[in-house]
Amino acid sequence: MSEALWKDYIERIEALAARSGLSFHPVEFEAVPDSFMMEIAVYGLPVRMPHWSFGVRYIYQLIQRHMGHSRLFEVVFPGNPGHAYLASGNGLAENVLVTAHVLGHADFSRNNLLFQRCQAQVSEHIVEHAANHARQIQQAIETHGLERVEAVLDAALALEQHIDVDQSLRRSRYPEYAEPAKAIADDQFRRRFAALEPAAGAAGPEAKRRAPVPPHPERDLLWFVAQYAPEMESWERDIFLAVREESFYFYPVFATQIMNEGWASYWHARLLREADFIPQQAYVDAIKCHSDVVRPVAADSQVALGLNPYHLGFSMWEKIVERQGLEAALAIRAQDDDFAFIRNHLTRELADELELFRYSARDGQIRVLEPDLSALHEVILAPKYNFGAPTVMAKHIRSDGTLELVHDHSLDGRGLDLERSRKVLDYLQRIWRRPVLLTTVNQAGLVLELSAP
Amino acid sequence: MSTQTDSHQPLDPAKWYDLFSRGARDWLRHDEKVRDSVRRHLPQIVAGGDLITGGARTVRVPMKMLEHYHFRLRKAEENQGAGQGKVKPGDVFADPSQAEGSGEKGPGGREEGEVQLLLELKIDDIVDWLWEEMQLPNLKTRVGPSEETEWVREGWDRRGARSRLDRRRSFKELVKRRGAPGAIPTFTDEDLRYRQLARRRKPAVRAAVFFLLDVSGSMSDRDRKLAKTFFFWTVQGLRREYRSLETIFVAHTTEAWEFAEPEFFQVSGSGGTVASTGFAKVNEIIHERYNPATCNVYLFYASDGDNSMSDTAEAREGLAAIAADACFTGYVEVSSGLSRQLDTETGRLFAELGAAGGATGSYALNDYEDIWSAVRHFFSAESRTAEGA
Repeated sequence: MSEALWKDYIERIEALAARSGLSFHPVEFEAVPDSFMMEIAVYGLPVRMPHWSFGVRYIYQLIQRHMGHSRLFEVVFPGNPGHAYLASGNGLAENVLVTAHVLGHADFSRNNLLFQRCQAQVSEHIVEHAANHARQIQQAIETHGLERVEAVLDAALALEQHIDVDQSLRRSRYPEYAEPAKAIADDQFRRRFAALEPAAGAAGPEAKRRAPVPPHPERDLLWFVAQYAPEMESWERDIFLAVREESFYFYPVFATQIMNEGWASYWHARLLREADFIPQQAYVDAIKCHSDVVRPVAADSQVALGLNPYHLGFSMWEKIVERQGLEAALAIRAQDDDFAFIRNHLTRELADELELFRYSARDGQIRVLEPDLSALHEVILAPKYNFGAPTVMAKHIRSDGTLELVHDHSLDGRGLDLERSRKVLDYLQRIWRRPVLLTTVNQAGLVLELSAP
Repeated sequence: MSTQTDSHQPLDPAKWYDLFSRGARDWLRHDEKVRDSVRRHLPQIVAGGDLITGGARTVRVPMKMLEHYHFRLRKAEENQGAGQGKVKPGDVFADPSQAEGSGEKGPGGREEGEVQLLLELKIDDIVDWLWEEMQLPNLKTRVGPSEETEWVREGWDRRGARSRLDRRRSFKELVKRRGAPGAIPTFTDEDLRYRQLARRRKPAVRAAVFFLLDVSGSMSDRDRKLAKTFFFWTVQGLRREYRSLETIFVAHTTEAWEFAEPEFFQVSGSGGTVASTGFAKVNEIIHERYNPATCNVYLFYASDGDNSMSDTAEAREGLAAIAADACFTGYVEVSSGLSRQLDTETGRLFAELGAAGGATGSYALNDYEDIWSAVRHFFSAESRTAEGA
C-alpha cells in the first residue's frame, strides 16, 4: 500500500464527508500490526490495566484468528482528536473503505447524545485515562504485590457492567441524614386541632434522623462498594473507580452498537460511491469488502440464527434516508440509542424484506414463531438491557457490616446462575471484608440466599 | 509499562508496540494461575488413575481455561432469539448450537467455547509440591558402605590442568602479592591456583522397593488400579530419597511371579490366594540380588486381605523373614467394595508384626481420595519407626 496515496485519500474523503453533512472531530489514523489490533480488540482500549481474564480472551482471539473466523480492519476511539487504528495488512482498497467507515463512527460519537453524555463524564481523553489507570495499577502491584491487586481487580472487573450511567461519574455519597418530614400545612383543621390539645400540636423540631445506607436499592455496585466498603483501602477504591470510569466509556459503544456500526457502514458505502477520485479497481475491491462486512450472518446457508448488527443497522439507515431524508437521519443518529432505534425504525415492511424472524429454542429444537413486530424488537434488544448483566442491587448493610445484595428476578425473568454467582460473591467478599449475601430465586422460583464466606 | 523511558535514543514510533505484548503478559499470568490451582488441587487431580504413565517423567493434565466469573442468569429452558432467512412460522429444525456446543457471546465479545489446556507437569515437581503440601516427612535412610567412589573437589595447587584454573582464587593471590592498589596488575605463574580433585568413597543410598500384588480372582479391576496408583506415588516419594532406586514387581495368586513394570499392571489371575508364595518370592529375590546391609529394602503389599486359612503360619514366617531385612513393610488393603478395615487374614498378619515391634504399617484404601492419606500414613509410619530404631 502506498502510504502517501492513502494519506492523500484520507484528506479527500474527509472533505467529501464534511460536504455530505457529517461533522466530526479530527481523527488521527495509524496503521498498526495485526498483533496490536488483536490486543485492542481484547482490551477494548489501546493500553489498559493488566488482568489474567484478558489473557483468556486473548487466547480465544488467537484461536479465532487461526481459524480464520474474524478479521479486524479498524478500531476507533472517540475523542478529540479521535484515534483510529488500522491493520497494517489492509490493502489500499480496504483502507479507503475503512477510512470512510471511521469517519462515520467519528460523526456518530460526536453527535449522538448518549455518547455526548458519557463523554462529558469521562472527558474526551479516555485513551489517555485508561493508560494512566494501567500505570497506577502497575504501581500498586509494585507497592502491594500482585496477589492483592489481582484480588481487587477480580472483584472490580467482575462487576464492570454494574454501573448506573444515569448518575454522575463523580457521584457524591448519599446524604448523611434523612430529609425532615415536610411541615404540615397550616390550615384551619390544623389550628383547631392544636387548640384542642396544645401538647400534641407542637411536636417541636424533629431530631435529625440518619438516612439508611443505601436509601434505596443501588445498581451502581462499583461506586457503592468503593464508597461504602467497611475496610477498603484508598488504592483499592481507586481501582474500583478506574474500572467504573472505563465502563462509563464502554456503555454507549455497547448500547448503540447496531446504530453506530450501521451508520458507519452506510457512510462508507455512500462516500465510496461519491468519491470519484478513487480508481476503478480500488472501488470494486472496496465494494467487495463492503459486502463481506454487511452481509447477513452465514450468507452461504439459507437460515441464520443470529443477526449481523452491521447488516441490520446498514439496511435500517438506508431505508431511513430513503424514506425520511438525510435531515431526519441526522436527527435520529443524534437522539436515539439502540432501544429507540429498533423500536421506532425497524418496521414491519423492513423486517419482512430482510426476512427477520423470531424463534424459540428448546430441547435442541428450533421452532419459528408467529411474526410479531414488537416481540421481535424485544428479542433483538433483550441482551442489551442493563449493560447485558442481570439486575443485581445493593439493598442493605447490616450493623455488623454484612452486605446484602438482591437480584431482581421478576425483572430478568429468572434466577441467577448459582455457581457463578457464588464465585462473584467470593471475589467481592475479599474486598468487602465482611460477609456478602445475595438473594435470588432457584429453578422452582423459590427465594434462595447465597452467602460468602 | 515504562519501557525505555530513560534511554537516550528515542524509539521509532512505528515500532513501540513490538516491544511488549500485554496480551501475552496476561496470558502468561493466566497460565500461572492455572498452575497454582493445579498445585492446590494436586492430590485430587493426580489421585485419578488416568494420568499415570509408566516410565515417563512428565504427566499431562487436561485443564479447562479459567473463567472470570460474572453474574449471569441461569440457563433458561427456552430461549428466544432473532434470526434471518427464508422460513415460515411453525417450521422446526435441529438446533445447531447443541451439536457443536458453540458458546454464547457476552458483551465483551468473550466466547465460552470449550478450549482445553494440556498442562505438562514434571513428576519431580509434583512430588516436591505434594511433599510440601502434605507435609510428608522425609525418610530416614540406612547408609551402608559402598564400593563405588566418586571425584570431589578438594583444595588448590600451583600446578594443574588449564581447565581447572580457579580465576577468582588466582586473582586474590595476585592482589595479595602486589598489595598496593592502583597499578595495573600482571599475573605471574606464582599467582595461579588450580583446583584439585580427590577420590572419595560414596555412601550407598540405594533402595530396592518390592511391590507385591495379589492378583487372585477376588481382586477386581478397580482394586488393581487403586493399588497401581498407590504404588506409583509411593515410588515417586521414595525416589526423592534414593539416588538409585530399583523397583521389583511381584504378583501372586497361589503361585508367585516376577514381572516387568508394564506387564505387571496388566496381570490378572484367577483362583485362590496364598500370600506366602509371594513372600517367599520376595525373600528369594532379596537374597539373590540385594544385600540388605548396604541396600534399603521396602515392601509394599496390596491385597484385598483374603488369604487362605491354611497358609497363615507359613505367611507369618515369610513376612517375618522379609521384615528382618527390610527398612519397612507396608500393607495396603484395597477393597473398593465392602471395607473390612483391616479385619482380615492378611490384615492380622501385619498387625501381629507391628505388635512385635516390626517396622510396618497398614492402611485400608477404599477410594482414590484415600490415596494421599495412605501415602502420608506410610511415610509418617516409616519415619516414626526409623526414629525409634
